Amino acid sequence: MKVIKEKHPLAMRWTHWVNFPLLSIMIWSGLIIYWGNDEYKITLFGHTYFKFFPQGFYDALGLQGHLAKGMAFHFLFMWFFALNGVIYILYTIISGEWRELVPQKKSFKEAWLVLLHDLHIRKMAPPQKKYNAAQRIAYTAIIVMGLGSLITGLAIYKPVQFYYLTWLCGGYHLARIFHFALTIGYVLFFVIHIVQVVLAGWNNFRSVISGFEVINENPKPIVEITPTSDEKPVQ
Amino acid sequence: MKNPFSKKPKGPKKPLTVEQKISRRNFISFGSFVVLSGAAYGGWKALYNAPIEPRTVTAGAIKPLRRALNKTELVFRRFFSNNNLVKTYPKEMAAKNVRHNSDIGVGGTVDVQKWQLQVQKQSGEVLNIGIDDLKKLPKTEIVFDFKCVEGWDQISYWGGVKFSDFITHYKLDDQTKLDYVGMETPDKKYYVGIDMPSAMHPQTLLAYEVNEKPLPQNHGAPLRLIIPVKYGIKNLKRIGSISFSNKRPRDYWAEKGYDYYSGL
Repeated sequence: MKVIKEKHPLAMRWTHWVNFPLLSIMIWSGLIIYWGNDEYKITLFGHTYFKFFPQGFYDALGLQGHLAKGMAFHFLFMWFFALNGVIYILYTIISGEWRELVPQKKSFKEAWLVLLHDLHIRKMAPPQKKYNAAQRIAYTAIIVMGLGSLITGLAIYKPVQFYYLTWLCGGYHLARIFHFALTIGYVLFFVIHIVQVVLAGWNNFRSVISGFEVINENPKPIVEITPTSDEKPVQ
Repeated sequence: MKNPFSKKPKGPKKPLTVEQKISRRNFISFGSFVVLSGAAYGGWKALYNAPIEPRTVTAGAIKPLRRALNKTELVFRRFFSNNNLVKTYPKEMAAKNVRHNSDIGVGGTVDVQKWQLQVQKQSGEVLNIGIDDLKKLPKTEIVFDFKCVEGWDQISYWGGVKFSDFITHYKLDDQTKLDYVGMETPDKKYYVGIDMPSAMHPQTLLAYEVNEKPLPQNHGAPLRLIIPVKYGIKNLKRIGSISFSNKRPRDYWAEKGYDYYSGL
């Protein structure tokens, strides 16, 4: 028999879907700003493996030569991005949902088992509640990253007035590198997230819009066997 | 019409089956999702295609974004304090090759001995000050990380007169009750507007030296603004005139879509 099982509260769904366009706009406008001084690359032993970013990337997305526009968008949407994040964090704290989200001691060990299971190397996944160990780590990490973007962002936005934040980030240079690296992190998160959502299927995806999952429960026997002896019923 | 959200089925109406509940809730949530996504997309398009602001002291930005920049300025001005100082470095860390990014307003060469700084008081009175007069004032040096709006930064070493010392010496204190300072190059091709608190910040200099030598032509000989609480775009080279006003003075990059405040 089909049964409706509540999964994601409205506040979670709302902040999740509001965050998607907001973060997209922040990344887009951030790349326009980054173009102004695109100095980062991956170099190992004198060989440059990748330059952020190749010219074709800027051309394809039209990121070149709009620095003023990029800054104006970035400094407007930063407010909404931060506000949405604060609402989400407050909600998880007040509702107690954080208990489902924050990694537990065993999560770090279990996350490997989840990974092996997802890669079809291991048959059984560890038992879980709402989120598995890998999800707990990922969904908490992404919030920490969001906070990181906020702090590193403020550190490079107002390095004189918020000098203590700049100091905390290891200086102006490092703060800008962290701010950039976090963005790359979001993109990697997004790729894995999408793959996982596709693999998890429709029921899971729907729950992030409708809030519930449909599960098949075996009907309970109508006639219960009442114990005739003094034995306690087996639960 | 019945309230569709009413939970009590009236009369002989059957309670919804699980299938009906599922499709009803799907309809409502997916419907809302599509409508809200559409609204968000429409809002984004409207913002992106909003008209460019009318040309005033600022120009070139999308109207609502300019409004947002100006409002955001008000928020961050609250954090401004003369106690918040830009980080300074030892002299040895200063770049020997000081980067210079633009020559707007510093075309040709200026005759340093003939050059005079024109200070325009609001009353209309004008002071003309030569570079040697300025060099007689107490000298202040700073080694700090110069930050460009493009995203690069460089530790550089400057020497000159603290703007607030300059104000006191020329008895311009009454002028600092006004909200803004305007500075322009002699050819009037480059110009900046600075809010008074930033101008009076203890690290703002009228600089005549870089790396302990007189400013070269490309760094704005004989006198330039060094204002560490602002991006490089506000650090005007080759100052020709200084004026005071309650209105925002014209600003070269604010006319090209950049934030007027551009404070750090």
